[in-house]
Amino acid sequence: MSTFLNRNPYRRGRRLSVTSGFDPVLTGAVAGLLILGTLLVYAATRQWYASNGLDPQYYLKRQVINIVIGLVLAWGVTIIDYRLLRAYTPFIWGFGVLGLIFVLLPGVGSTVNGAKAWIPLPGGFQIQPAEIAKISIIIGISMLLSERTHNSDAPTHKDVLRSLAVAGLPVLLILAQPDMGTVFIISASVVTILAVSGAPTRWVVGLLLLAVIGGFVATKAGVISEYQIKRLQSFVDPNADTQGAGYQLRQARITVGSGGLIGTGLFNGPQTNGRFVPEQQTDFIFTVAGEELGFLGSGLIIFLLFLILMRAFAIARRSNDPYGTLVCTGVIAWFAFQTFENIGMTLGLMPMTGVPLPFMSYGGSSMFANLIGFGLLQNVHARHHG
Amino acid sequence: MNQRSRLSLIVIQIFIASLMVALMGRLFYLQVAAGPKYRDAALSIQSRDVVTPANRGFIVDSSGVPLALNKVGLAITVDRTKIDLLPDQGAAVIQSLVTLLSLNFADVWQRTRLCGELPKGMKTGCWTGSRFQPIPITNEADPKLALSIVERPDKYPGISATPVAFRSYPEILGLNGGHVLGYVGPLTEADLAGANGRTYFRSEEIGKAGLEYVYDNYLRGTPGIKTFIVDRKEAVTTTSKNSKPTPGDHLVTSLDARLQAATDIALADAVQRARASGYRADGGAAVVLDVSNGQVLALSSYPTFDPNAFEKGLTVKQAKDLYSESTGVPALNRALQGLYAPGSTFKAVSVVAARDAGYDLKGTYQCPKEVQVGNRAFQNFESKSQGSLTLKQAIAVSCDTIWYKIAYDEWVRDGGLSPKSNPNDYFFKAAAKFQMGVKTGIDLPSESAGRLANRQWRADWYSQNKDYYCNYKDRAAKSAQTPFLVLLAHENCLDGDKIRAGDAVNFSIGQGDTVLTPIKLAQMYAAIANGGTLWKPTIAKAIIKTDGTVIRTFAPKKDGELGVDQTTIAFLHDALHEVTVSGTSAGVFASFPVATSGKTGTAQVFGNNANGTAKADTSWYASFAPATNPRYAVVMMVSQGGFGASTSAVGVRKIYETLFGVKGNTVVPGLALFPDGNPPTKLPRISPATKPKPSILNPGKPAVVASPTPTSKATAKR
Repeated sequence: MSTFLNRNPYRRGRRLSVTSGFDPVLTGAVAGLLILGTLLVYAATRQWYASNGLDPQYYLKRQVINIVIGLVLAWGVTIIDYRLLRAYTPFIWGFGVLGLIFVLLPGVGSTVNGAKAWIPLPGGFQIQPAEIAKISIIIGISMLLSERTHNSDAPTHKDVLRSLAVAGLPVLLILAQPDMGTVFIISASVVTILAVSGAPTRWVVGLLLLAVIGGFVATKAGVISEYQIKRLQSFVDPNADTQGAGYQLRQARITVGSGGLIGTGLFNGPQTNGRFVPEQQTDFIFTVAGEELGFLGSGLIIFLLFLILMRAFAIARRSNDPYGTLVCTGVIAWFAFQTFENIGMTLGLMPMTGVPLPFMSYGGSSMFANLIGFGLLQNVHARHHG
Repeated sequence: MNQRSRLSLIVIQIFIASLMVALMGRLFYLQVAAGPKYRDAALSIQSRDVVTPANRGFIVDSSGVPLALNKVGLAITVDRTKIDLLPDQGAAVIQSLVTLLSLNFADVWQRTRLCGELPKGMKTGCWTGSRFQPIPITNEADPKLALSIVERPDKYPGISATPVAFRSYPEILGLNGGHVLGYVGPLTEADLAGANGRTYFRSEEIGKAGLEYVYDNYLRGTPGIKTFIVDRKEAVTTTSKNSKPTPGDHLVTSLDARLQAATDIALADAVQRARASGYRADGGAAVVLDVSNGQVLALSSYPTFDPNAFEKGLTVKQAKDLYSESTGVPALNRALQGLYAPGSTFKAVSVVAARDAGYDLKGTYQCPKEVQVGNRAFQNFESKSQGSLTLKQAIAVSCDTIWYKIAYDEWVRDGGLSPKSNPNDYFFKAAAKFQMGVKTGIDLPSESAGRLANRQWRADWYSQNKDYYCNYKDRAAKSAQTPFLVLLAHENCLDGDKIRAGDAVNFSIGQGDTVLTPIKLAQMYAAIANGGTLWKPTIAKAIIKTDGTVIRTFAPKKDGELGVDQTTIAFLHDALHEVTVSGTSAGVFASFPVATSGKTGTAQVFGNNANGTAKADTSWYASFAPATNPRYAVVMMVSQGGFGASTSAVGVRKIYETLFGVKGNTVVPGLALFPDGNPPTKLPRISPATKPKPSILNPGKPAVVASPTPTSKATAKR
């Protein structure tokens, strides 16, 4: 820790105003998604809750709370110098790993959709340690791969092995839940960071091959649960399991398709109001946009996410040090693959996994994590001058 | 950042950008290119159509008496969407319900299962409608019991009582009418799949037979559709479409309820009388036509079925009996589907043939006890010699040998077994004038054409059966190898393609291979009666909307003209009247106050019954009345019924008694069905309350003609 503090003494103490350094395009795009997402969460739940005698604004209120907390976290992450953040990284990582172990303990974690991924908290909230783990892995391996203990411009094999170890433990724990979607996203982010870090090419190629072979063997050897295979099968043949995963995928596709060019109008989607798509406010939030806002509205969402990613690439390039670049790259890969997996699943391009759509899906942990990721991008952006 | 990192970053950026473009492309395909397809799919997920069936139009007789109408009953219904939510799927509720209504649990349970949820072969009695319609388990609930059910929704969840309309065929004066009216029933999968090019809703009932089938498009009306938008739990969120049902149109027929009742009764009586005399009498038919236009005034077939049974829910046994040989196949409408040799009733045609061949209608002919035809002697009926007879007397006493002689002579003249290239064929041509072997085209389903066994038919038959008869010893069953049949097969093999002397002789007295339906014979006798026009028999007169607008009238149609000169027609009128005066039916019509004409027929039938006994003769009586200026043709047939006179002629007399208002041997004033001698031509006002006017069957006091005001009120109520 001390080395890193000594290395950058001149940056310490630079005062930042509360608003300074905010990238207007990035902020505008995220704000747009947050507002749209909140409306869609409300659209997805109001009718169903009202008709079942519950508070129609239940999810709306909670989502607003989630966003407010998330924004405070993002603001905090933005104003703390990301280089200072490195000091806390081992603690965040350790906290994430502990959470992942804790969630697997019998009687502690609650199982949703076949994955034991949540720790229930009082007041109906619950926390998902894997989301914390994502951030800690990105920061952790970015730190390891950007620190140079020798004169080389690129990370050594030792650096790579250490970062794989840092990423490997949480990934194995998430694999045990099992939450394949998150494993896929973390793995993709790690490989992307490695590629940008300048690590030896064989590592990048090797890991990609390992992922392909590992996925194949896992499916064949039964490491992946029955539940996972069913989801995968229903992706290949949506009619195979009409009541379970296949039903969900078919309904999702019909709901999106029925929106047409301009959609049915917000709050007016009969598929959404009839609650034909299960989990619609979380993993299938995009179907609400598809039905009620049509191609124009849901296309806008994809465009805003695209804007965030392209903006993040610009920030990554302009970063003063490799560490900032790598953190940005990690966040980019995380957002990009999570977006592609989520919307791709909704549209029938990807198999079904339980990953939320960044900035839009209802959820506490994922919203906090997304906004912290956004804060990291802002942070790097704010400090590229000089 | 070094160069490699920069390059990697660009590659990754391009990769991620293309992922986003892929999402956008896929989104465009789903929503814009394939959007309509998914919109339809979504609609079928969200919407539920509930069909309110239209009230079916009435079928009324020519004076407006309803023969088929709708009754309102109190239906106890089961709501599947509610009882399915109960822990035992409603078994206990249905159990207590059947106890209260004294029904059978298994029947009711089956009736409340959707056909789609039952495995193949277990669907008998299932509900053909949808889960969202209340399923009726009885249409005739006692209001008190119904009230006790409705008052206890806690004890009977999902059970309710609603008034429903169901088809009813009133049994006016003993009328059955099953064969002519038909019945209604649920749609089959084939109907739903559009087998006859019409679109139906699953819960609709359609005409399955008779007039209900033929005029279904008019009678059925258009059901009302209510479209509900439902959520995943099938709870209704909104109603998107609501159309009211349009009632079906009424069908006015030429039938007369009283005459139909009299015909049904007379036919059943004739069958019973034949059975009492020891005949098997396995079925029969009777037809009454208006000779002036071919309109059917009554049409019966025996054995019959109760058209009301279908609406009450046919038991499995009832359904099987409809087509069972042991019950005489009641589903078969013998009046237009049964084929029988006409026997002596054919002699009216033979008169036409003889006249065409130049025989003197006023001449005198020998009626010996037998005529030698080739190497076989053909006996007169009961082998009786009648001496010398005029042709008129020969018709009256139904002499056969006169016709054997004429037919044999004509056969020889045409070249016998080596026929001339252009034979006269007077007998075949006379039968063709009457359009024998051609359908009459009556507006009822599944009419049989009959068969005219002329030279062409014979040649066709031979080419199909030559192989069988020429190899009879190998092809036929052991039991069919009797010496007579072997000889017959040998003869058939030798010259089966030719009209032999025996064929020609048999043809002249309506025996042999020529067969026809009772409706055909009625049409033929009606043509003789009206001077030579073959009218197409029709039952429908008009289609009338519920508001009284006439949509369509059915004008009489000709099938053709006989092309027989008036001298011959006059001779036939005279000779056929003589039958009832001094001939074979004189005993039956002795002292009958209205002069009638007719001809008995006792047609031999070859072959055995299932129990091995030889088949008895077909009893025919074909007639028209009054003898001068005839207006009605009446034909009765009793299969295996014995003599024409004692079985069928008596039945026909009973029909005439009702038609002309005859009691004993006198006409009762005011009881004739059509006091001015003509069936009504004006279309009636349609009301479910119309009662038949008095007749022999319902003498009573002369009916008070219902004043228009209460009638229209009654119509408005329905």
